[in-house]
Amino acid sequence: MIATLPLAAEGGHHSVPLVDPGAADGVLGLVWLVIALPLAGAVVLLVGGRRTDRWGHWLGTATVAASFALSVAMLVALLGREEGDRQVGRHLWDWVSVGDYRVGMDLLYDPLSALFLLLITGVSTLIHVYSIGYMAHDARRRRFFGYLNLFVAAMLLLVLAADYLGVFLGWEGVGLASYLLIGFWQHKPSAAAAAKKAFVINRVGDIGMSLAIMLMFVTFGTTAFAGVSAAAGEAPESTMTAIGLLLLLGACGKSAQVPLQAWLLDAMEGPTPVSALIHAATMVTAGVYLVTRSNFVFENAPVAQTAVVVVACVTLLWGAVIGCAKDDIKKVLAGSTMSQIGYMMLAAGLGPAGYAFAIFHLLTHGFFKANMFLGAGSVMHGTGDDVDMRHYGALRRAMPVTFLTFAMGYLAIIGFPGFSGFWSKDKIVEAAIGENYLVGAAALVGAGVTAFYMTRLMLMTFFGEARWEPGVHPHESPKVMTVPLLVLAALSVLGGLLLLGDWIVDWLTPVVGPVEHHELPVPVWAITLLVTAVVAVGVAVAVLLVGRRPVPREAPRDVSFATRAARADLYGDAINHGLVVAPGGALVRGLVATDRHGVDGVVEGGSGLVGALSDVLRRAQNGYVRTYALSVLGGAVIVVLAMVAVSW
Amino acid sequence: MDDLTPYLVLSAILFSIGAVGVLVRRNAIVVFMCVELMLNASNLALVVFAKQHGNLEGQVAAFFVMVVAAAEVVVGLAIIMTIFRSRRSASVDDASLLKY
Repeated sequence: MIATLPLAAEGGHHSVPLVDPGAADGVLGLVWLVIALPLAGAVVLLVGGRRTDRWGHWLGTATVAASFALSVAMLVALLGREEGDRQVGRHLWDWVSVGDYRVGMDLLYDPLSALFLLLITGVSTLIHVYSIGYMAHDARRRRFFGYLNLFVAAMLLLVLAADYLGVFLGWEGVGLASYLLIGFWQHKPSAAAAAKKAFVINRVGDIGMSLAIMLMFVTFGTTAFAGVSAAAGEAPESTMTAIGLLLLLGACGKSAQVPLQAWLLDAMEGPTPVSALIHAATMVTAGVYLVTRSNFVFENAPVAQTAVVVVACVTLLWGAVIGCAKDDIKKVLAGSTMSQIGYMMLAAGLGPAGYAFAIFHLLTHGFFKANMFLGAGSVMHGTGDDVDMRHYGALRRAMPVTFLTFAMGYLAIIGFPGFSGFWSKDKIVEAAIGENYLVGAAALVGAGVTAFYMTRLMLMTFFGEARWEPGVHPHESPKVMTVPLLVLAALSVLGGLLLLGDWIVDWLTPVVGPVEHHELPVPVWAITLLVTAVVAVGVAVAVLLVGRRPVPREAPRDVSFATRAARADLYGDAINHGLVVAPGGALVRGLVATDRHGVDGVVEGGSGLVGALSDVLRRAQNGYVRTYALSVLGGAVIVVLAMVAVSW
Repeated sequence: MDDLTPYLVLSAILFSIGAVGVLVRRNAIVVFMCVELMLNASNLALVVFAKQHGNLEGQVAAFFVMVVAAAEVVVGLAIIMTIFRSRRSASVDDASLLKY
């Protein structure tokens, strides 16, 4: 059990939920097993080598499935507890022990972790099953499953750790695993470059995260959630703002928020199940988790909270605009992920009014985005790994299951009434309008643009006339791939049930505090109607612009500036290059020149001077004995004269 | 006490002759003899000072110098002989290979 810290009084005008977990008993005591299972799978697969080739993928899937089963059992156990007693901790061992500073390897299982556990293990299990079919012909499938297991284990540690240092361990593990998976097809230079890019950009975010942890340690003397949350109200606001902004930087890196968004689109170089895993269940949700979990920090740092909202608004529009212009089906989905994560960050940045809805949208997004990524993988599987939507068209008859499941995801993401995305996005827009009209407008416009690009994707892929490459005969994928799609499609439709009777809001109250309701100028049903209308407009525009015209097989070149910019990811790479890479390169070149001419000049000049001097001096060694005798005599005379002079 | 100054002057003269001989003569044998002259000049000075102070320390030192000089003559003449055999010359200026 985690050491109980003195409970601070309620800080500020917000009630900060205290994280003071009780002891874990029964099935909850097995919480460590949730992480240990996939980790053991990863170790066996990666250390076991070729011996595990034959059954490795089954082991990898089984460990994650077992984690999922355990997560369900733990959720049931947690549901059976009193509402005020739903935070349990499990102390595994002392990790760091320096003087008074102690970090235990502590796990915290509470309603927030419980939801994440279900999402991560559940979606990962489906993705594992799907990968058995998708990677069937890859010679390195066993290694792929090893990396997948490592990824899941790291992500589970991230959401279960009860200490920021433990979170950081999982955080870095996720970064490593994503690097390995994005660059899985390392023989492709583009994949290797994308992996490196993701790793480097994530490293920038990690700096923010590690600085935030150091600052917490300096300020509070502890990095445990319980300790920080108890003392957060008493720290100066400037410190809390700094911690909040640094945490935001970390969250931006992992969750691909502007300005650290550039890696996400390139990350599509990895195998499609990886994209689904990174974009739905793990990795990008880490930033949202961090902000929600650190609610006690952001409650005491209004400036940082505003920064979260601004970043989120920019990102949700940024990603949506990129999604509109891409022809690569996976990149459209990537842009959409960026945008949807922007929605979650927006909700998380709104404070107690939004935390629960951020997590709600995160869950529904996890379902429908995993569904659509796996659907896109299925489409690629059927069309010979072609990703260009201009080469698709009329696939709905060739791949009926994929089409139907994808359609469920589509209806969910645009927020078609009744589907899961409708409930979650509607709540976020509502909270955003309650906070600030400008923010609300951004969320509303984002919803419209989302409807546009997703409709465009649907029309180009499944409708219209066939524009298939010669020799391509699209076919439905095997059962091992379509069954996960069916499950995810069902979840995409039904995910909204979590909101039934405000269940998810009540469920998360012990972690993030009760939801604050803003006074809205118009009734809630009017906002719902407004959102639906905006979505309908987006769909209609897409039908008019894309559905009613033939789609050229080559992307048109004479396009507007906006389209060109969106195709170039809104010049994200150019901005990075201009602001960071080029000045950094110039700085390095300058330092190299200084080193070569300045430092080396002094060192080598000194040695050259000594060399030249010795060149002169060694002439004295001329080989004539009589010269030496003269110098000895001269020396003796000088010594005698000196002695005489001294004793005079 | 007798005036010992003439002995010291003689010693200085002998030393100077030896030193100049070492510096100006090329023949190794002559240079060698000049070195011996300098040693004996200093021996004389040592003995004179021993007489002046009325103790034996200077004389003991003189004996040491003689012993060392005898050993030195053995080694030195052997070197000169070897050089003369290989070069057919006893000039110290000819043996100047060991230099910068």
